[in-house]
Amino acid sequence: MSVTLKSQTSHSSHPIIQGFVLPGLVHPLLCPEANPGYQKVRSAFEKVKEDIERSSADLILIYSTMWPSILGHQIQANPEPEWTLVDEEFHDLGSIPYKLKIDADFAQAYNRHAQERGLHSRTIAYHGFPIDSGSIVALKLINPQNRIPAVIVSSNIYSDRAETVVLAKAAVSALKEQGKKAIAVIISTLSNRLHSTWVPPEEDKIHSLKDNEWNLKILEFLTKGRLEDVAQLSRQIQREARVKKVTNFKPFWWLSSIMGSHNRYQGQVYEYQPICGTGCAVIGLTPAPRAARDLEFDEDAPEFYTGERNVLSASTESIAEFSSQNNDDNNAFTHSFSQESDSPESHTDPEESFCENK
Amino acid sequence: MKQSETKIKPQLSTPGKGKIVAGCLAPHPPHLVYAENPPQNEPRAECGWETLRWAYESMRKDLSALEHDVLIILSPHWRTYVGTHILATPHLKSLSVDPIFPNLFRYHYDIQVDVELAETIHTVCQERKIPTKLMQNPDFRVDYGTIVTGHMVNPAWDKPIVVLSSNCVAAYYNLDRMQALMMELGEATQEAVEKSGRRALLLASHSLSHRHFTVENELPEDMSQEHITNHSLYLWDMKMIQLMKAGRSKEMINLIPDFTEQTLAETESGGLTWMMKAMNFPSYPAKVHGYGTVIGTGNVVAHWAPPENTSEDKTKKVYSQKGTISHERNA
Repeated sequence: MSVTLKSQTSHSSHPIIQGFVLPGLVHPLLCPEANPGYQKVRSAFEKVKEDIERSSADLILIYSTMWPSILGHQIQANPEPEWTLVDEEFHDLGSIPYKLKIDADFAQAYNRHAQERGLHSRTIAYHGFPIDSGSIVALKLINPQNRIPAVIVSSNIYSDRAETVVLAKAAVSALKEQGKKAIAVIISTLSNRLHSTWVPPEEDKIHSLKDNEWNLKILEFLTKGRLEDVAQLSRQIQREARVKKVTNFKPFWWLSSIMGSHNRYQGQVYEYQPICGTGCAVIGLTPAPRAARDLEFDEDAPEFYTGERNVLSASTESIAEFSSQNNDDNNAFTHSFSQESDSPESHTDPEESFCENK
Repeated sequence: MKQSETKIKPQLSTPGKGKIVAGCLAPHPPHLVYAENPPQNEPRAECGWETLRWAYESMRKDLSALEHDVLIILSPHWRTYVGTHILATPHLKSLSVDPIFPNLFRYHYDIQVDVELAETIHTVCQERKIPTKLMQNPDFRVDYGTIVTGHMVNPAWDKPIVVLSSNCVAAYYNLDRMQALMMELGEATQEAVEKSGRRALLLASHSLSHRHFTVENELPEDMSQEHITNHSLYLWDMKMIQLMKAGRSKEMINLIPDFTEQTLAETESGGLTWMMKAMNFPSYPAKVHGYGTVIGTGNVVAHWAPPENTSEDKTKKVYSQKGTISHERNA
């Protein structure tokens, strides 16, 4: 089912008009014929393409879990990156020549807003920079003619929730500043456990029953539009269904935060299939006037990132401000946390206050 | 570049008589190539990380005395989950841009691969039921870890290489499983080298402790800002180096799971375990050429060369497991 966007987006001035969860493995692009499931995922990408073509989006904004960074976050700002990509794992499936259209102006604005919110970030614009295969696959399939420019942001391997949430809010600020509407995309599998030996495509399956059960739970939530609930479950998902390559499972933090940190969506699972053992789902989330369910969320949504608290440091100076033995410093403790944590009420967009919970 | 004009072929010795002439711990921070200012790299540096660059210089001098035909690199930055992959395309030429430090490393490489040896390693692994795959796509871009290590060990690129990917077993299962796989891969590599008749240099391309700074100085080569991320990492690094210098490689490898967990070490890739097993856990000391940090990570440049391969004096050195050394004159 395709989702008509205009009726929903007209309710809100939020700059994200639709969000998508897309897998980044190369199979739907390079060998959809190898397995009926791969073809179904490919067809789901086609539906997303059609949805985006019908939208009024000025920009496709991608957060890719397949682009790791260390020095804060990196934002692609090369206006026309061009290369031939070969996947480091699935090189036998072929080469992917690409030429993308990047909104460099927005990338600069995004970077500035991220820095203003206390994040370390920078733009990247070098010929030959290795754009990750997930972003390439997605853009080749959902935006093949580069009709809408894109911007891609990395996933910092050390960052946790606070940085990721603030990173998303910086994007919203930049979009509002430029008066642009965007499609938000996260590149991520659900469960990410690949087969560790070569399994013929026709025998592909989700690696384990447990992974599959968690994937189905995530899909159940998202079908009901419960994006923020999934985001709140990210730490649990990381423990249960992810190979722990990075600190935490972050894409849903970014997606939920950039879309407004709530559950008021119409969710649609376009497809869910195994690819090389992982759980690959194509999911769309469209803002809706009512939420299926809205809970009191456990974790806050900071507006600014105030840095690491240096908890590992042996220096007494660095921990003094957190000492409960020092009355003077108790204020510093409170102050530090108040900077990072707002009350839940402050997260509500006043313009969306008409959206009452059921 | 010159190396593309001349076809480099490994100097074949007698099949079945191949051997590993030395093994090197050869870390791959792109900063080192950046600071060297080779013509292949686009960015220019004023200076930087001299202790490590001089360590490489010292190691290159020692290695030049060891005749070898090929370099075998295990790189943490070619990460594969489905088995271990082996570079098997004869000639690879392209531009490598570091995904983390593109401001420092944009390197035009031109590499010859010893495909015959790569295929032999693959065959031996298959016989031993170790999942491996040959990489034969000519458009494939070689990872920057391989290139940095390859450049720092052999800047002339006048010998072919073989590259093994790092199978992410540690992330997928745990560090013990990684150790087990790398032991098997080490044995297979040793057997393949012997079968091939090559004189091979093994390169474990990784740092020790691996907690980076998360910000970069405006001038990356500002050495006034360079130090280990924290002291506990330094202590762990020194412990490992102490074992290297004492010839206690088995003990060092046994510590890898704890060391890796405590320091986020790049030993997680398995390179050091692979290399030590392929060299039958040397009981002779490593020559440690130098230690230094790069954006907070701990890096040591060291090599192990079997005494019979070195042209040192006629002194026969006997190394005990406690690391003390006694000297006996050959008769």
